[in-house]
Amino acid sequence: MKKYMLDLILKENKILSNQYNLLILTSNEKIPEILPGQFAEVRVDGSPTTFLRRPISIHYVDYELNELWLLIQIKGDGTKRLANMTAGESLNILVPLGNSFNEPMNKEARILLVGGGCGVAPLLYLGANLKKSGFQVNFLLGARTKDDLIELCEYERFGNVFTTTEDGSHGEQGFVTQHSVLNDSDFNYFYTCGPTPMMKAVARHAVNAKANCEVSLENTMACGIGACLCCVTDTTEGHVCVCTEGPVFNITKLKWQI
Amino acid sequence: MANLEINIGKLQLKNPVMTASGTFGYGSEYSDFLDLSRIGGIIVKGTTIRARQGNPYPRMAETSSGMLNAVGLQNKGVDYFINHIYPTVKDIDTNLIVNVSGSTVEEYVETAEKLNSLENIQAIELNISCPNVKEGGMAFGTNCLSAAQVVRAVRMAYKKELIVKLSPNVTDISEIALAVEAEGADSVSLINTVLGMAIDSEKRKPVLSTITGGLSGPAIKPIALRMVWEVARAVKIPVIGLGGIMNAADAIEFILAGASAIQIGTANFIDPTVTIKVIDGINDYLERHHYLSVNEIIGALEDI
Repeated sequence: MKKYMLDLILKENKILSNQYNLLILTSNEKIPEILPGQFAEVRVDGSPTTFLRRPISIHYVDYELNELWLLIQIKGDGTKRLANMTAGESLNILVPLGNSFNEPMNKEARILLVGGGCGVAPLLYLGANLKKSGFQVNFLLGARTKDDLIELCEYERFGNVFTTTEDGSHGEQGFVTQHSVLNDSDFNYFYTCGPTPMMKAVARHAVNAKANCEVSLENTMACGIGACLCCVTDTTEGHVCVCTEGPVFNITKLKWQI
Repeated sequence: MANLEINIGKLQLKNPVMTASGTFGYGSEYSDFLDLSRIGGIIVKGTTIRARQGNPYPRMAETSSGMLNAVGLQNKGVDYFINHIYPTVKDIDTNLIVNVSGSTVEEYVETAEKLNSLENIQAIELNISCPNVKEGGMAFGTNCLSAAQVVRAVRMAYKKELIVKLSPNVTDISEIALAVEAEGADSVSLINTVLGMAIDSEKRKPVLSTITGGLSGPAIKPIALRMVWEVARAVKIPVIGLGGIMNAADAIEFILAGASAIQIGTANFIDPTVTIKVIDGINDYLERHHYLSVNEIIGALEDI
């Protein structure tokens, strides 16, 4: 897919919680085709300590409204600057980068999308595309407390939503992999993104259930286009760049101890 | 339009802007963003006699105005380059230069020999300055005797333009430059990355899997500029300057300090089109100061 460097315009900055913002970006040009799982390299202007671009998952693309959504978790100076942007400001991004999630071959696949923390970001766009392709979509979203479970109504547009919180303030108490829906339903296709221990737990469940499982990795990156070789992960084919061979990997390709 | 053409020994470049090894892949990674044929030269990723897996992740740490890397020369080996990559890039209308590295003198020689026969590769850049490998690499470039030894051996084996890339992690870089010039290097490029380190205070652990890594980006520009100035005054062969160049003004500083050409590295990660902006910016500078050719400003630094 052809990659572009674009100056997008911030249409709206939605404050979702004290640590999450949703940037709704638009452009005078048509936003290029982007696949679920792909990401953007975002240049952060006006943050002196932020030197490199920030790789950020594509949260959602609305082609009718010509909108690209980025979910920002405030972690350091760069993401803080992004979260403080105001409507009308422009944002320079490289897009679309990386590979994408694969849809199941079998339309009867029993699909679960498992996200934790900011890792939920690529799952909204994935769920939307899976629904459009005729699949029944289930989301399982985990967070520390109910305040960190954001935009649940967006996910509900595309499928069933199950939740866990560590403090029990929303959904079932505990981690996503302890949710009863995992035992009650016989899912055979998992997609997951979030903290590595969570993704490994999901991968373990999938292996035990002999199910297919794709994970989206979030390694630190410099270039985002396969030139610097900084973001590698170890696979059955040796070190490969997460930015070009990933960020989505089938767990059979990763050398995870699960 | 000023004349931007320059010569580095036998190499003719359409302009003095090249891309630094390890920051521009094989060029094709950037082809969606810019017209590769506008660049003066592309120095492709460090290549070794056999495939190397490089160092474990994490290999990168962002720093104030720069980054540390510890990639460790991950590449698929010179034969893979010749058979699979070269055919896909050889027709790009620019100077393709291969950065060559090794763990022993024999490995450098063997790799250089194999590259001799490639029609569209008119030069190699001998990397005696990689700080991220256990054996070889920087060890050759931090000592006059070993630097001379590897350059002498490669000079016998490689007939075309031989550029030697120098390490800044030395007491006196001019001594090393003079040593490699005496053994037949056609030109020198400097600087490679500066050895550095990052610590995660919350985890009380080093950030990089190798503990130390190479610092690049604008953080090292003043060091690079000083070393280019020193070396350009010491040697007679052309000097290629690099280290933290982010824009045309930076590039012109290196040329005034004595560099015949420059390389852009880390800046490509921030702006994949930066090379084109630097080429255009050098032309604007020359026109603004009424120079006809970039050659007029090489080493044209005046007294304070």
